[in-house]
Amino acid sequence: MAVYILKRLGLALITLWILSMIIFWVGQQLPGDPGRTILGNLATPAGVAALDHKLGVDRPIVTQYTDWVTKLAHGDMGSSYSFQAPIRPFITSALENSLKLALVAFFMCVPLAIVSGVIAALKSGEWVDRAISVFGLSLLGLPEFVSGVFLIMIFGIWLNVLPVGATPPAGADPFTQVFHLILPAIAIACVLFGYIMRMARAGTIEALNSDYTRTAVLKGLPTKTVVRRHVLRNALLPTITVVATQVGYLIGGLLVVEYLFHYNGIGSLTFKAAQAKDFPLLESTVLTIGVVYLVATLIADITYTLLNPRLRLGGDT
Amino acid sequence: MSAAVGDVPVAAGSGESDVSHVRREQWRELRKSKTFLVGATILAFWIVCAIVGYRVVPHTPFEQDLLRTNASPSTAHWFGTDQIGRDVFARVITGVRVVLVVAFLATVLGTVLGTALGLLTGYLRGWVDEAISRFVDALLALPLVITAVVVIAALGPSNVTVTICIGVIFTPLIARTVRTAVIQERELDYITAARLRNESALYIMLSELLPNVLSPVMVEFTVRLGYAVFTVATLSFLGFGIPPPTPDWGDDIADNISVVAAGYWWEVLFAAGAIASLVIAVNLVADAIEKVTDE
Repeated sequence: MAVYILKRLGLALITLWILSMIIFWVGQQLPGDPGRTILGNLATPAGVAALDHKLGVDRPIVTQYTDWVTKLAHGDMGSSYSFQAPIRPFITSALENSLKLALVAFFMCVPLAIVSGVIAALKSGEWVDRAISVFGLSLLGLPEFVSGVFLIMIFGIWLNVLPVGATPPAGADPFTQVFHLILPAIAIACVLFGYIMRMARAGTIEALNSDYTRTAVLKGLPTKTVVRRHVLRNALLPTITVVATQVGYLIGGLLVVEYLFHYNGIGSLTFKAAQAKDFPLLESTVLTIGVVYLVATLIADITYTLLNPRLRLGGDT
Repeated sequence: MSAAVGDVPVAAGSGESDVSHVRREQWRELRKSKTFLVGATILAFWIVCAIVGYRVVPHTPFEQDLLRTNASPSTAHWFGTDQIGRDVFARVITGVRVVLVVAFLATVLGTVLGTALGLLTGYLRGWVDEAISRFVDALLALPLVITAVVVIAALGPSNVTVTICIGVIFTPLIARTVRTAVIQERELDYITAARLRNESALYIMLSELLPNVLSPVMVEFTVRLGYAVFTVATLSFLGFGIPPPTPDWGDDIADNISVVAAGYWWEVLFAAGAIASLVIAVNLVADAIEKVTDE
């Protein structure tokens, strides 16, 4: 087991290394000269060249990359061009905000999605199942900004019951903070709902058709007991671990939702960095997102293996 | 997804006519599916709009009626007008063209490249496969929208950039599905037979393997098309997609969302509804196809 975990960890590190090279390389392709970006249009070419030299962006790309990675390994993310300040505080506060939003979204969506999926599976083929399935499928395809726009119009403007801005007034208590996060969290949760619901439904149907369920039914156990003890337990473990692999999509959604609801998270920070062509900041936010995703996937993988001993010895994909 | 692999290939080993027979059977199944019919009807509507939209709308999507800005829906302007007096109905109907074309071309590009890559890595295996898998893992660690935003920030937004960008990001995702299918296929007797007949690797990949992995490729294509529409709309909304003044739903929503609070809901609602109906239609079709090929 320890060997397996070490192997997974090693693979994750290799992936991270490749990712850092891709990100750095793309960052180098951004148009515009860093010195020019900071100093503006009116600066003299000599001034721009001097600043480029000071920033070290006139050195060979390999030197710049090793320099960047060495500093990163020591926790130094460098300075942002557009904010003219060290990047790290921006990332930590943005990450904290995004985490809050993601948690609210998760807690609203996961239980509801699992229950809906299980109900759909138990009523498989009936109209309840079809309604839930089509509903989930529709949510799955809906871009977050579209559901966000609908939510803003319905709850924020027409009914006027929920705040449209995700950022609460300064010094707000936790309850008010969560209250402000409800609409953006629903917008993010929509896609997740569709996905998790389908996973739960498929898992439950598979468990329902299994031999052990048939045995339990033939043994004369009441349906409720069969469902609770045999079906759900086997169906939900994979579903719950698969949820963790959805963190990537969740973060993709954050970019749009944070922008729409004016919320200072890692998504809107990435967006601002891309708009301002501030590549040290962009590299840091994107790499942070990559790390968060890899860690989440790693945890999901390991839990899944721990819970499912049959997979531990599996060789190829 | 990988469950979709098992069906057609099994029958396919014994000859071409069986494949086409299965295809016909699947098509018959598909036409009976309500999900498919609903999705296909909506999709057909939007395809017609994309083709003839510019010619049938009562106003052009660019024409500004500056005396009637923010006008509510009326007989003159069915969906009202926007902040600079453009007809919202015309913009919604014509807005589908660029989304559909970009999403479709991006998906075709991704499917062709992805299938080629999947065939190569799945059939040849070895270190090429290993290296490409690591690269794919790294790319997959980033959400699609984020990768696209970074790349488009670097290259500058244009229809071509957006198409290529989405197509290239789709490539590894599709390659992964095709690779899984190919790995299952290559162990079957007909591939061994082909190898014993001394057929070249290229020939085996194109004439033996490719026809037998087309089912998962087709499923993957429709599922990806849904994602492509999703992504194009989202990128436009963020200002990283199709450049103005081309009528485009995501862009129109971003431009007018600020005035919804003032009561001008029609400037956003119809475009949002249009996006919703298009992605849902594509997803319904994809779901139906997936079910049929799965059985």
